Amino acid sequence: MTDAAGAAGGGDGGDPGAPYRGPGAVVLGRLHPLTPVLRGWRFVVAALAVLVPQNADLLGGGQRGLLRLGTGVAVLLLVGGVAGVLAWRFTRYGIDGGDLRVDSGVLFRRSRRVRLDRLQAVDVVQPLLARLLGMAELRLEVAGGSSTEAPLAYLSLDDAHRLRNELLARAAGIEEDAPEAPERLLHEVPGGRLLASSLLTTPVVVGVVLVPVALGVAAVVEGVGSLLFLAPALLSIAQPLLQQFLANFGFTLAESPDGLRLRRGLLEKRAQTVPPGRIQAVRVVEPWLWRRFTDWVRLDVDIAGYGAGQQASSAQLLPVAPRHEVLALLERVLPGASLPAVRLEGVPRRAAWLAPLTRRVLGAGYDDRYFVARRGLLERETDVMPHERAQSVRVTQGPLQRRLGLASLTLDTTPGPVTVRAEHRDAREAVALALHEAELARRARAAAPPERWMAAHPAAPVVPPALPDPPGDGPGAGPSGAGQPRAPYPPPA
Amino acid sequence: MDELFEPGGGEWTGVSERLAALERLVDALWVLGVGAVVGVVLVLTDQRAWLPAVGAVAAVLLAWGWWYAGRSRRAWGYTEREQDLLVRRGVAWRSLVVVPYGRMQFVDVTRGPLERAFGIATVQLHTAAAATDARIPGLLPEEASRLRDRLAHLGETRTAGL
Repeated sequence: MTDAAGAAGGGDGGDPGAPYRGPGAVVLGRLHPLTPVLRGWRFVVAALAVLVPQNADLLGGGQRGLLRLGTGVAVLLLVGGVAGVLAWRFTRYGIDGGDLRVDSGVLFRRSRRVRLDRLQAVDVVQPLLARLLGMAELRLEVAGGSSTEAPLAYLSLDDAHRLRNELLARAAGIEEDAPEAPERLLHEVPGGRLLASSLLTTPVVVGVVLVPVALGVAAVVEGVGSLLFLAPALLSIAQPLLQQFLANFGFTLAESPDGLRLRRGLLEKRAQTVPPGRIQAVRVVEPWLWRRFTDWVRLDVDIAGYGAGQQASSAQLLPVAPRHEVLALLERVLPGASLPAVRLEGVPRRAAWLAPLTRRVLGAGYDDRYFVARRGLLERETDVMPHERAQSVRVTQGPLQRRLGLASLTLDTTPGPVTVRAEHRDAREAVALALHEAELARRARAAAPPERWMAAHPAAPVVPPALPDPPGDGPGAGPSGAGQPRAPYPPPA
Repeated sequence: MDELFEPGGGEWTGVSERLAALERLVDALWVLGVGAVVGVVLVLTDQRAWLPAVGAVAAVLLAWGWWYAGRSRRAWGYTEREQDLLVRRGVAWRSLVVVPYGRMQFVDVTRGPLERAFGIATVQLHTAAAATDARIPGLLPEEASRLRDRLAHLGETRTAGL
């Protein structure tokens, strides 16, 4: 409760949503006053959906019935509203030294501090309703959390952007107020390609083949009415695809001194910022239909903090793009990573006993900065991991592998979609590789840039890394960056 | 144990024979417990002719468990190198894990009731990767404490971010 005094003292004057760090005591701001409405409307709708049908007789019961139902709804709204407003009143946040501080809780007070130098990613998420009202949720991802550690819902969009910029600037080691970093568009996924890529997936193709067959059979045997049984199956195919499509619509990937910026979403908009050096591993995924017809690939990524609980699409660095562009992008995302330059060593012929179909695909190799492994028959996957990101290295050997003198090598990383694994290597080679990899990782860690990526040179902390010229010098502004003054980042000293 | 899973050139330390004793006890309790239940059911249903077969199976299982516990105990091993800890384990499915000290997030020493009765402890290293399986059971308490303190110390001096 010691924090209560500080919390009660601040935030009452001026703009309620803006974080502000005064010269003396830390002043904590409040979330946007519309927060209770945005957080509560789902419960109200759900409650109404349950209450109204159950009391349908009351509706028909004339004025008294309506009155009773109305009273019930009013009480519900009042109780929910009071709870929401209380929760809002007791939630405050602000930047306190090197931490983001979030105080919350009505009965059980909680004061949480998030170390900004451990910041892994910042997301600005706008669900549809919040977006219509100009609101956004700010999510901070730090390593080790099972879920998003410090979600700030809801802020006005401007406040969310301002706070995002300040958090990133501080995470980078810049103390003074910095304007929003400029960004350069690296890649944009056209809607047509996104649509085509969603359609060019195995379930859709199977569906397209099966439906006419089913139609024909049904028309001959029973008539069209019997086709209703197909509806749930089609829905279950369409639903995830539609979700992916909506989530990834208008995808852009941009680069700026405070990291990679990803924007996506048709209804719910999501703007992710991943600071430099936070990418744990990347997977280049080539589904067989794409490989066969279009030469498109997808990039998945492991970022500490985007745990298993996250929406799958937030772990996609690029939903679909032509292979050569992805390879070029990879060098920007993981500096100096060049897939064609890393020679992949195949596996011994005897591995065919265990992987008859994929023996020729399996391969692993490394250069002085990255470890690369490839596998997969239909969906080909190539994992790329910077040596310094390996948390531990494992060699495993099952009984069959033992007979064949084979073993698999795994580089453990933070939880996420990417597991870096070189399967069925020669056992002797795998063990030697594991020890060598540990050594490479140690050397790479020693040479790795600091976590506060702009703080490397204290004398000139404000010089951004040079951005090479883009292919076509377009404006870097993304769709959701509107309304932000775009000053050079940071001002020349 | 062949030398393949004992790389690193250093001295490999095994774990206490008491781990095998503990596993044998647990195995024996299982076999005798299940055997007793099966035996009682057979007696109650007047199928006594099967009793010797059940006894034979139990004896085979006991013998196999006895042997396997010893094998599995010998399969555990670890070596502290200058920069990392190597742990090996497993009989049929073998694994070797290399954990750099700098990657260590925290170290646990746990002692369950049975482990306490046998005077052993388990040391487990945790990194930011959930998949890291660096567990060493069957350590004498003083060795477990020593290892924990040493690992914690090394982790502090060689620490790295993610």
